[in-house]
Amino acid sequence: MEGLVTSAVLALTALGLALVFGVMRVVNVAHGEFFMLGAVAAWFVTTWIPGPPAAGFIAALVLCPLLVGAVAALADTLVLKRLGYDPDATIVATIGLLYVLQQAALSLYGPEARPVEAPFTLRVQLPWFGYSGYKLAVIAAAAVVLAGVWLLLARTRIGLVMRATQIDREMARAFGINVERVYAGVFALGAGLAAVAAVLIVPIQQAHYLMGQDPLLLSFMVVIVGGLGSLRGALVAALLIGLSDGVISVFFSPTLAKILATLFVALVLVFRPQGLMGRRAA
Amino acid sequence: MNGGAAKIWALHLGVLAALLAAQLVLPAYHAGNLARIMVLAVYAMGFNIAFGYTGLLSLGHALFFGAGLYGMGMPVALAGWGAGAGLVAGIAAGGGLALAVGLLALRRAGVSFMIVTLMFAQAGYLTILYYTPYTRGEEGIVIDRAARVLMGLDLSQDATRYCAALALFAAALLVNLALVRSPFGRVMVAMRENEERSRMLGYDPFRVKLAALVLSGLYAGASGAAYGLLFGYVGAGFASIQYSILPLLYVLLGGAGTVLGPFLGAALMFYLIDLSSGVTTAHLLVVGAALLVLVLFAPKGILGTLRDRGLKWLP
Repeated sequence: MEGLVTSAVLALTALGLALVFGVMRVVNVAHGEFFMLGAVAAWFVTTWIPGPPAAGFIAALVLCPLLVGAVAALADTLVLKRLGYDPDATIVATIGLLYVLQQAALSLYGPEARPVEAPFTLRVQLPWFGYSGYKLAVIAAAAVVLAGVWLLLARTRIGLVMRATQIDREMARAFGINVERVYAGVFALGAGLAAVAAVLIVPIQQAHYLMGQDPLLLSFMVVIVGGLGSLRGALVAALLIGLSDGVISVFFSPTLAKILATLFVALVLVFRPQGLMGRRAA
Repeated sequence: MNGGAAKIWALHLGVLAALLAAQLVLPAYHAGNLARIMVLAVYAMGFNIAFGYTGLLSLGHALFFGAGLYGMGMPVALAGWGAGAGLVAGIAAGGGLALAVGLLALRRAGVSFMIVTLMFAQAGYLTILYYTPYTRGEEGIVIDRAARVLMGLDLSQDATRYCAALALFAAALLVNLALVRSPFGRVMVAMRENEERSRMLGYDPFRVKLAALVLSGLYAGASGAAYGLLFGYVGAGFASIQYSILPLLYVLLGGAGTVLGPFLGAALMFYLIDLSSGVTTAHLLVVGAALLVLVLFAPKGILGTLRDRGLKWLP
């Protein structure tokens, strides 16, 4: 159950990272900070909006991804576009972005971890044990968003344009696609997905300015294990890693589990760069 | 060409002479800073051999720096080794780990190489934390004053510390200079510029890159071991991701692929952070903003830009 919640949130975050890497070929090291930004923004929104916690939470769920997406689009236009999306330069730039966002959060929000109230505290009582209703809702919401993104990519014109840009940027441009706008949109969408994940998780975890580190590393693992740029692989890998995370830490100490996982992922990337699923990168 | 060589030697020996003289002029606080900068510059020079000359952008150099630090610190603190043996062990640890990482990571290039090095460094950092009973984790080990004596020189004294840092820096600088002017140095640059063409000319890219990475690891290990000996502290923080990013920042600021760039970048960045921490606690913001500004407006750094603007002889 805990594993499924982790998987759901991880899938959303990693999908954002995979999308950005797949379409733009940009390794976004600041992805975890977009996650953090979403959580922190959720705290601000829920604190400012009066009324029942549910109203504030729903407002946060709508506003935060838009806000984070706007920040990401701005970063894309101001920084990444001017670098011509060169892989080396963008990785350095997103490291810079990571520090700037982290420090901005520390200065404006403070070093404390702050909770956000869950919109409802229903408990689903089964005869032998109970489930937190909110956690079930998180899983359902993540599934809906994931399905939505899939529909967007597979069935709409926007998705078609995105895939065309991914496959051949020059050809897409020749067909009159505004590649720059597509890139800005993809970067914003990727960041927005991380923000949705963060808003969903924030009633369970707490909002903290350093909370972007773990999702970043885990998302990297998911994207690498699933195969760089392959969205379906990323989804399966998120499920696997989210579930195994809990299982591994039962047997090993958390630090050792992290060491083993990190080494494993590094070796996957060295020996099977197409990912464990064995598909060629989509 | 001979005139060029004379100019180059004059410049570098001049810088070393100026640094030798600086300790007599500078107040103690700045002399201490400068010693620290020189040791960190050796680390950045090592990073530059991989990144600036060979084109290998590693995001895991803290692993080699940390290896030097702990390769020196653990035997000295736990097994009672002398400082000299510790220094050698630290350098060997840096080079050895670079060899191991290189054998694996160099199967990949570009983005994958960066992520693999990042992951290995993260695993190394976590390993240090995992063995906290021995490494003392974040808290770190303080190296005893008595253990910090190298060839009869007490490295905890300000003046000897400065001279030791300068000696290490001078050795690293001159080796670096000789390297980039040697045929092998030119092959390294050829790998950076066009790997396929170098392969066609009969050079094995894997071996050249591995050699460059090991050399880079030796530099980082030497710097780490010296840092521990000179300042008497060995801590896990030095193996964290931030210490992989710092040399990148120094090299980008000073100029990638220049011999003096890493030192210039380290000095400027050190004082930038030092000065800004008087004004604000947000020194990470300075690091982040500096990275962004550099990558956007001056991707060649200070010396790289100077070289383009007329000082073509700058190595």
